Amino acid sequence: MAAMAMRLPVARKAVRQSAAPGGEKHLVAPGDIITTDTGYMRGHGTYVDEEKLIASVAGAVERVNKLVYVKALKTRYNGEVGDIVVGRITEVQQKRWKVETNSRLDSVLLLSSMNLPGGELRRRSAEDELAMRDYLQEGDLISAEVQSVFSDGAVSLHTRSLKYGKLGQGVLVQVSPSLVKRQKTHFHDLPCGASVILGNNGFIWIYPTPEQKDEEAGGFTTNLEPVPLSDREVISRLRNCIVALVTQKLMLFDTSILYCYEASLPHQIKDILKPEVMEEIVLETRQRLLDLEG
Amino acid sequence: MAALELLSDEGYRADGRRAAELRKVRARMGVFAQADGSAYIEQGNTKALAVVYGPHEMRGSRSKALHDRALVNCQYSMATFSTSERKRRPHGDRKSSEMTLHLKQTFEAAILTQLYPRSQIDIYVQILQADGGNYCACVNAATLAVIDAGIPMRDYVCASSAGFVEDTPLADLSYIEEASGGPQVALALLPTSEQIALLEMNSRLHEDHLEEVIEAASKACKAVHAVLDQVVRDHVQEVTALLGD
Repeated sequence: MAAMAMRLPVARKAVRQSAAPGGEKHLVAPGDIITTDTGYMRGHGTYVDEEKLIASVAGAVERVNKLVYVKALKTRYNGEVGDIVVGRITEVQQKRWKVETNSRLDSVLLLSSMNLPGGELRRRSAEDELAMRDYLQEGDLISAEVQSVFSDGAVSLHTRSLKYGKLGQGVLVQVSPSLVKRQKTHFHDLPCGASVILGNNGFIWIYPTPEQKDEEAGGFTTNLEPVPLSDREVISRLRNCIVALVTQKLMLFDTSILYCYEASLPHQIKDILKPEVMEEIVLETRQRLLDLEG
Repeated sequence: MAALELLSDEGYRADGRRAAELRKVRARMGVFAQADGSAYIEQGNTKALAVVYGPHEMRGSRSKALHDRALVNCQYSMATFSTSERKRRPHGDRKSSEMTLHLKQTFEAAILTQLYPRSQIDIYVQILQADGGNYCACVNAATLAVIDAGIPMRDYVCASSAGFVEDTPLADLSYIEEASGGPQVALALLPTSEQIALLEMNSRLHEDHLEEVIEAASKACKAVHAVLDQVVRDHVQEVTALLGD
C-alpha cells in the first residue's frame, strides 16, 4: 500500500503585531458612531440616524474631503466603467446575454456591444439574434469591459475589442474583488509561460499564452487542441500560487504572482496548498515586494 | 429526589452557573473561502455554522424579486448528529420552517435591504450540536457571517434566551433547562439602539415577571454583543494588517 501523508491540524497563529501597520487606521464595526459632526457627507458603508453618522459594515473609515465612507474587507463586485471583468453566461435573452460577474445583479452583454464573427462592424440582423446561442451559450466564460453602470448597480458590458471575447481552455480562480490590484493592464503574459486575466471582479483566468494573436475574429473559434503537459503544469502551479496569495491576503498583480511563482518552484505543485508551504512562499513574496519598493 | 433541581439554594444552576451567567462564547469569522461570508460559533455546547451568499441575482422564481429592496432568504437545519438521538431531519419540517421564518424576520430588521433592490441574500445556518438556545446561536452566527460578507447592517443582532425558575430569571438556557418546560423567552436585540428584532415566548409566565425576564435576556444579549464585537474587531485588525503593506 502506498504511504499516505498524515496531517494534523495546528493552532492558528496570531498575526505578529510587528507586521501590523493597521494600528493607525480607524477601524469600525456595524453600529459604531463614526462622527456626530453633521458637516460630513455620507458615503458607502454608513447611514445617518439621529444626526449621527453610523457605520453599517466592518472595515476601515476612509475620508475624501468631506465624504466619509467605510471600506468593507470584502464585498461583492461593484462595477466601475472601464473595469476588465471575467464572467460566465447564465442566460440568453432577446438581444442580450446575462453574465454572472460576482456582482449583486447579473450583468448584461448586449448583442450590439460585441464584435460578431467576421470582424467588421455591421448592423445586427434578425439572423444574428437567432444565432446568439451559437456565439455564446449558457456556461461559456467571457472577458469583457464595463461599458456603463445602471442606477441599481447592474453593469453593462462590451467586448468591442479583439482583446475581449469568449475564453477557451484555461483555469478560473474566484477570489475576493478587493484583492485584485487596479492597474493599467489586467492582461498579462507572464514569462513563466502562461497568461492571466486579472478580472476586477475577482475572477482570474489562467490560460496558455496564445502563439499567434488577433488572427481569429473576436476569439469565437475556440482552440480545442490539447495543451501540452508542461503548460498545464505551469497553469496549475500559477493557480495554486494565486490561492496561496489569496489565503494570506496579499494583493494580486503581475509582479506578486510572478514572485510567488518563483518562490514556489522548490516545492511540488500539490504541496503549495499545504498551509505551512503557503505561509513560507507568501512570506518570501512579501519580502521581495518590499525589497522592490526599496 | 423529585424533579431536577434547576436552581440550588446556593444560587447555582445545574451546570454550575449563576442565574445571570452566560455560557462561554467562542466564535470565528471567515471559515469558508467559497462563500461570501461565513462564521462559526460555540455557546457552551451549542455549536452553529452560518454561511451567507449574496446579494446576488434572484435564483429560482424571479417573480419573488422585490423592486425596492433585497429578499432575505434563510434556511435553518440541524445536523443528524446534533442531538443525543441520531435523527434524520428532512427539510421543511414544522420546527425548522418556523425557525427559518424567525431568522428571516430578524435579519430583515437588521440588514439595510433597501440598498440592494431586486437582489437576494441567502443565509444558511446549521446546528452542529444542540444544547439549548439554538435560535440564539443561529442568530449570533448569522450576524457574524453577514458582517463577514460585508453586507450593510443597522447594527449587530444579538440573541439570547432567558427562563424563569423559582422567582429568578435565568439567562442563556441550556438544554436541560429548556426541556424542563418552564417559561422561556428568546430575544433578538439590536444592542446599541436597544431595538427588539424578535421576541418569542413559550409556555406561561405571569405578567408581573415578564419585565424582569426580558431585562435578563437583554442584558445577556449585550454581553453576547461585547464578545461578538471583540471577535469582529480582532478579525478586521488581522485582515487589515495583512492587507496593509
